[in-house]
Amino acid sequence: MELYKEKTAIVGIGVVPFSTDIGRTEWYTACQAVKLAVDDAGLDMKRVDGLVKNVDDGPDQMYVQKGLGMDNLTYTAESHWGTSPMMNAITAVASGSVNYAVYYQTAHRASGPEKSISDFRVAREMREDLLDLIRADFYTPFGLIGQPGYVGMTIRRYMHEFNVTPEQMGWVPVVCSENAARNTEAVFFDKSITIQDYINSKVVVDPIRELDCAPKVDGSIAIIVTTLENAKSLRHPPAIIMAATQGTSSEGQFFTSYMRDTITELPEMQFVADELYRVAGIGAKDVKVAQLDDSFAPLVPMQLEALGFCDRGEGAAFCEGGDRIRNGGQLPLNTAGGALGQGRFDSARIVEAVRQVRGTSANQVKDADMVLSVSGAGGPADGLILRRQ
Amino acid sequence: MTVEYNAEQKIPYPALWHVLYRSSTPFWDGVKEDKLLLQKCKSCGSFLNPPRPMCPKCQSMEQEWVPATGKGKLYSWVTYQESPHPAFKAPYSAVLIELEEGVRIVSNMVKVKPEELQIGMPVQVTFEKVAEDLILPKFETMS
Repeated sequence: MELYKEKTAIVGIGVVPFSTDIGRTEWYTACQAVKLAVDDAGLDMKRVDGLVKNVDDGPDQMYVQKGLGMDNLTYTAESHWGTSPMMNAITAVASGSVNYAVYYQTAHRASGPEKSISDFRVAREMREDLLDLIRADFYTPFGLIGQPGYVGMTIRRYMHEFNVTPEQMGWVPVVCSENAARNTEAVFFDKSITIQDYINSKVVVDPIRELDCAPKVDGSIAIIVTTLENAKSLRHPPAIIMAATQGTSSEGQFFTSYMRDTITELPEMQFVADELYRVAGIGAKDVKVAQLDDSFAPLVPMQLEALGFCDRGEGAAFCEGGDRIRNGGQLPLNTAGGALGQGRFDSARIVEAVRQVRGTSANQVKDADMVLSVSGAGGPADGLILRRQ
Repeated sequence: MTVEYNAEQKIPYPALWHVLYRSSTPFWDGVKEDKLLLQKCKSCGSFLNPPRPMCPKCQSMEQEWVPATGKGKLYSWVTYQESPHPAFKAPYSAVLIELEEGVRIVSNMVKVKPEELQIGMPVQVTFEKVAEDLILPKFETMS
């Protein structure tokens, strides 16, 4: 849609340092992240008029407003999956409804409700466990429980159809660990792992290994979207949103879209790719850096295929050896360390995309003038492409 | 691979099935009588799996429940090395079966060792009483 083409930009990012035990409430870190983002942009708090968030995360807008004293809030929205609240923020700004929309994602998934003293988490987990009726009726009684099992079903079939070896699946975790080891903000991987470490990693739900699964983390991030015109008077050169979209597909079921003709591709991500490239007027070859959803690393090869970086069935071979996906390679991936290195936190990918465009990444890619970020591998997907001014 | 249960722990039951009429109620009513039923659109004949209130192909809200042949092939599987729920003793496998009708359902194999599982192997349905008031449709290799 033309509304999403070059009308808006990301002008501020706020990141509370990730932790496995952040020692604060989600209310506290939500306010903290928004304040950091507003300061980063060089914006007056009173001018923020839109606040959006993920449905299941963090304190709602009333609490954040109470903390920050936003007097002009006229738009709030929640979206469900991945980083799709970005679409609320971009739509609100591009349509002229608001001037400055803030997307905040706050979730203390590692420390747990006892420590983060947050009722929000409890509601989130009840929703997850009780309200997905298909899961409760048709998976749980047979012991198919938990996301590694859901994903494993797809991955075994993928490995079977395309003759993928476990060793080939290990290179995304290896490269993410290398990036994380160079990023002082990444909580996991003080030093990088080797492919042998991956092979030796505990098999949790065969064929899924421990090193395939992004760990839980406590985090809080805020991202500010405004018009290109407003961006001119702010502190940083804007990260211009060339295109943004959500992507869905029929017969979708979170991580378990088992009923489609084939289960070894990601039609939602394919939709995102087609729409992003069409709106931005570029192709996969123009993307200099990509932040892909590595919540489960074995889903990265399927994303590379959906996003047009390689042919179908060749994603794992593309990653083999790691050189193509390292900094300096054909397509540097997850340069902050990804969810494997930073913990599972979707909006962190957008933050890293902004840093690449600004030139401030811990693993800065040369000439990173166009950067892709996507979320939602194995479910409803969303994504955007950023460029330098 | 036969799933071994922990007798002291309740196996997770299909959600809320005693409480509400839901799209899947006829499926579980059939299982109680050793029948594997599939929901089918009365208007265009598409199988609706998992069951749902409306046909995504023609938007008809009229459905019928028809018996499946119970035959199919192993489409994929996972093996839990650690138990995610106290009712299940690890290691055990959950399988994805592609039925002759073209629909896929999650289940377990009985009397098959994990190393014997092979994608594409022919299977047929069998009904296992896993608790006093819970029967599950499972699969065995076809002789």
